[in-house]
Amino acid sequence: MLLEVDGLVKHFPITTGAIVKRAVGQVRAVDGVTLALAAGQTLGLVGETGCGKSTLARCVAGLYPVTAGTVRFDGQDITNLPRRRMRPHRRDIQVIFQDPYGSLNPRRRVGSIIADPLVIHRVMSGEELRRTVQELMERVGLNPEHYNRFPAEFSGGQRQRIGVARALALKPRLIICDEPVSALDVSIQAQILNLLKDLQDDFGLTYLFIAHDLSVVRHISDRIAVMYLGKIVELAEADELYEAPRHPYTAALLSATAVADPDEAERRQRVILTGDVPSPIDPPPGCRFHPRCPKAQQVCAEREPELERKQHLVACHFPVAAGEDLTAGRPA
Amino acid sequence: MSLLEVTDLRVSFPTSDGVVQAVRGLSFTIGRGRTLAIVGESGSGKTVSTQAVLGLTPGADISGTALFEGVDLLKLDAEQLRRVRGAEISVVFQDPLTSLHPLYKVGWQIEELIRVHQPEVTRAAARRRAVELLGLVGIPRPDRRVDDYPHQFSGGMRQRAMIAMALALNPKLIVADEPTTALDATVQAQILELIGRVQAEFDIALLLITHDLGVVAGIADEVLVMYAGLVVERADRRTLYYRPHHPYTKGLLESLPGSTGDRGGRLRPIPGSPPSLIAVPGGCAFHPRCPYAMPVCLAERPPLAPVTGGGPGHASACWLPHEAVGLGAAAEELRTRAKEDA
Repeated sequence: MLLEVDGLVKHFPITTGAIVKRAVGQVRAVDGVTLALAAGQTLGLVGETGCGKSTLARCVAGLYPVTAGTVRFDGQDITNLPRRRMRPHRRDIQVIFQDPYGSLNPRRRVGSIIADPLVIHRVMSGEELRRTVQELMERVGLNPEHYNRFPAEFSGGQRQRIGVARALALKPRLIICDEPVSALDVSIQAQILNLLKDLQDDFGLTYLFIAHDLSVVRHISDRIAVMYLGKIVELAEADELYEAPRHPYTAALLSATAVADPDEAERRQRVILTGDVPSPIDPPPGCRFHPRCPKAQQVCAEREPELERKQHLVACHFPVAAGEDLTAGRPA
Repeated sequence: MSLLEVTDLRVSFPTSDGVVQAVRGLSFTIGRGRTLAIVGESGSGKTVSTQAVLGLTPGADISGTALFEGVDLLKLDAEQLRRVRGAEISVVFQDPLTSLHPLYKVGWQIEELIRVHQPEVTRAAARRRAVELLGLVGIPRPDRRVDDYPHQFSGGMRQRAMIAMALALNPKLIVADEPTTALDATVQAQILELIGRVQAEFDIALLLITHDLGVVAGIADEVLVMYAGLVVERADRRTLYYRPHHPYTKGLLESLPGSTGDRGGRLRPIPGSPPSLIAVPGGCAFHPRCPYAMPVCLAERPPLAPVTGGGPGHASACWLPHEAVGLGAAAEELRTRAKEDA
């Protein structure tokens, strides 16, 4: 396994007081996540706003110190390494961010933005650096002659290509894609998804791919993990997850996804969940999904279901059976 | 008579780089209680066109007509337009956090809207109406939440509150501009269901502006596809999704993950990017990105013409033969042959 995450916990303290800070609570953003990712594979991570998917990604990339648990990369424990010792691993793990406007410095030329990782890690300089950057630009579908332009002269899709080129510069092994196409129009989104796929084939890249758009995640992922309130509730092969979801939350999420097919939209029985996602400061006891779950029973409020150790992992006391109708509502 | 009839709407913005031609001759009608969706990517002019009709584009040069129940909205002064907006036509924007005032209670903002348009309503009656509206849109315990500030609401609840405000004065038309784009999938499903329910209950027409072909597939009666400030295709939703004529519509549908039925396979994106609206390509604006572009496409702009054999009202602005509809192999052959013959 290239990446192994075991029991990862990330809590953010809530503090009060202007000078002497006193912790008054914890935002339990990631609360015990275990997953593994094999080299050359893509693991999709889906979930709604606030489920902790981006926090998890940042912990894996070493951008946040973790509260508990371990992150192993290529067999080595890289959890909370001091800066200096983390440095060699940073070359192997790169991130592509969502916002192609906010993640590029508007005052710097594109060539120097893409060259940054190579300069910081003292990999090369001078003419060799310039040639490498131009090769990277060509590889991601940018005109290498635009080396001296500023980010503002590029469209949203081209900017995301710049972000991809920068992530590729150090020949990483794992790329964390945090909503890389969410800000793009659908015709441009397809261009970037094709590019990511081609790069994976050419360089044997491993992706941790985060998105809230389920059709995008299904397209690109081998396996998919579904997160809810800091926990993974289900993890399975992409097609299996879509065709036979076992966790009621996954089933609800899939049925809520809008499909670009009028007949399918009419046929579809939507599982409309009641209420909103509870606060991660004070998550519900037992199964975190139980207050909104159409299948919840007494035990769900009392005991937290474990993620089973099987091929298709689901954390639920009453998983959805094949063909089960969830739209009927909760049993009396 | 249709409720809103927009004819040859043109909107442009003078800038220091040149004139941005955001809308270049848009016509559409929407009937009472109907749902019309305008679909397009960033910069297609879908938002600007409706904002221009509602007088929300200061600094723009606007021409054309927009008849709402026979009255041309583009000829009204600011005060007259304000009376229409809110009371007859209400708007739901994408981002409910910037549409609600952060320093006033949600209920107060609804009361104020009612009292501005209907000064005879007492404050107590307006408050009762606000509570009733919040309950109608599914806010739990509306009698208490009416005294919350917007930041105390979740994203979905804020959008529900916006819909409550939109309903407050019994409008005939709701313009919803990307109403669910900022929301998560499960909340989006709740809001779309709510919009559909109130629309049917109060017989309100809905003008839905979105980039999301999934949202449109579920609720639109009729769909307009916009590209570079023009309608390129108009059809009922089944015709649009199953028998599209314009290569841009076809390209949008084929760009969607899952459209090829082959997970992990290559998607078929539209090459290139949308044109600059300062220097729109001559002829058909889509020709630089179109795989079937013929000499005529560079020379002459295709009119929005009825597609014979399509659904009722199916029209497309494209020089390809009428029979070339759909996503199948037969249509593909017709398109390729037309290109070769030309």
